[in-house]
Amino acid sequence: MDSTVASTGTEGKSWGGGNKPLRASYGKMMMWFFIVSDALTFSGFLAAYGFSRFKYIQEWPIADEVFTHVPFLHGQELPMIYVAFMTFILIMSSVTMVLAVDAGHHMNKAKVTIYMFLTIIGGAIFVGSQAWEWATFIQGDYGAVQTKGGNILQFGENVTVDGVEEFKRISIDDFAAVHAGERVQHDRSNGLWFTTEGSLPPYTVNEIYNGLAANDNILVRTQIINEAGEKTILSREESLKQIKNNGKLVVKGANLHVNEYGTALFADFFFFITGFHGFHVLSGVVINIIIFFNVILGTYERRGSYEMVEKVGLYWHFVDLVWVFVFTFFYLV
Amino acid sequence: MAHEHKLEIFRGLVKFKSNTSKIWGVLVFLTIVTLVEVGLGLAKPEWLMHTWIDPFEGGFFATLGNVILSPFVYMKPLNLIFIVLTIVKAYYITWDFMHMRDETGSMRKMVVWTAVFLICYLIFILLQEGGYVFDVYNAKTPLIKRDF
Repeated sequence: MDSTVASTGTEGKSWGGGNKPLRASYGKMMMWFFIVSDALTFSGFLAAYGFSRFKYIQEWPIADEVFTHVPFLHGQELPMIYVAFMTFILIMSSVTMVLAVDAGHHMNKAKVTIYMFLTIIGGAIFVGSQAWEWATFIQGDYGAVQTKGGNILQFGENVTVDGVEEFKRISIDDFAAVHAGERVQHDRSNGLWFTTEGSLPPYTVNEIYNGLAANDNILVRTQIINEAGEKTILSREESLKQIKNNGKLVVKGANLHVNEYGTALFADFFFFITGFHGFHVLSGVVINIIIFFNVILGTYERRGSYEMVEKVGLYWHFVDLVWVFVFTFFYLV
Repeated sequence: MAHEHKLEIFRGLVKFKSNTSKIWGVLVFLTIVTLVEVGLGLAKPEWLMHTWIDPFEGGFFATLGNVILSPFVYMKPLNLIFIVLTIVKAYYITWDFMHMRDETGSMRKMVVWTAVFLICYLIFILLQEGGYVFDVYNAKTPLIKRDF
């Protein structure tokens, strides 16, 4: 019995748009939906980053002083050059991807193969660069002292370069007065069973203080950004007083608890957002490799359409799109 | 089908003969924008480092003016330029690399409006509250102290 409504008169006419509502195929539209939701995730992260930055607006680390390294150019301060290079690599791999899509529309298997390959190479270079960037960030270069209140104190001296007086950072390795036997790392071979502690900081605050007292040229720089947009440099007496009274922990490099660059949240957000983006790039490379082999095997040639390349292309461009924003908010603004 | 591409950018100012040449053209444009960003970021011109308008003082309309003109009142012109250039880059990546230009209008609106409205709302909430938390820490008599 046809007691319930069996036909609505709309069979085969999804939304009056045929089988392809909005003239986009099912897969492509689902990819767009995914991209929208992923874009919201990323903007949530970036907005949270903005929130924390507003909270610490007077003391947020200055990106140009943190990301100054370029591979093979040791000891030179070249802010932004390497990230700009990474950005260009990613945009370039986006271009090869869109060329692969275009070749797919013309059913040109050879060209699709070459362009997909170049895209994968670009992605690999980007992920590698990001790993290097992380390693440099984690290793740190100058070291600092964290105060009881969680603030970071850095060291340096005023030098005159080309007639202009500027503040030059000094690494804690260069002045710490090391005295032996203050504190040994506890491991499971002595004392309690199966307990161990994390690696100790390279120096104790006392060693840093003695080193600071012995070198008259060294000054302490606080996190606070002054009127001129630079970090505040303390006088000699203030410097000694700060380390003596408030110094709590010597910090070298960065982890999720503390970092030598400034507010702990700075490193947390750096790891979380660039890490999440890097994970997207990595999975994008993996998906691109799968599609690359499918292209070589002729799967899409037989299917008669290279739409699959177009779909991963959308994802790949989205990864590029996110990077454009990460680049702006982490390195430029 | 996606075979037909719209081959003009900048509202028809620049026209390309094929989709491939359009892709290269967009790459050139995006590279120029990135170079401008990096150049400005390195140079940090003095006249872009300070806001051009001071916040209005006074009653309700001053506050309203500050809200409406907030990108100019509270943001360094340099940062405003960076953000605008980023959105320009995002536009060309989406429109030309992701072929949004060739999709139907309703498809475009479905994706872009959803994202834009929700993101604006999110940014508003978080920046507003970030400003509040900043005041908690940095008022004349702060509720929480960190200067030790």
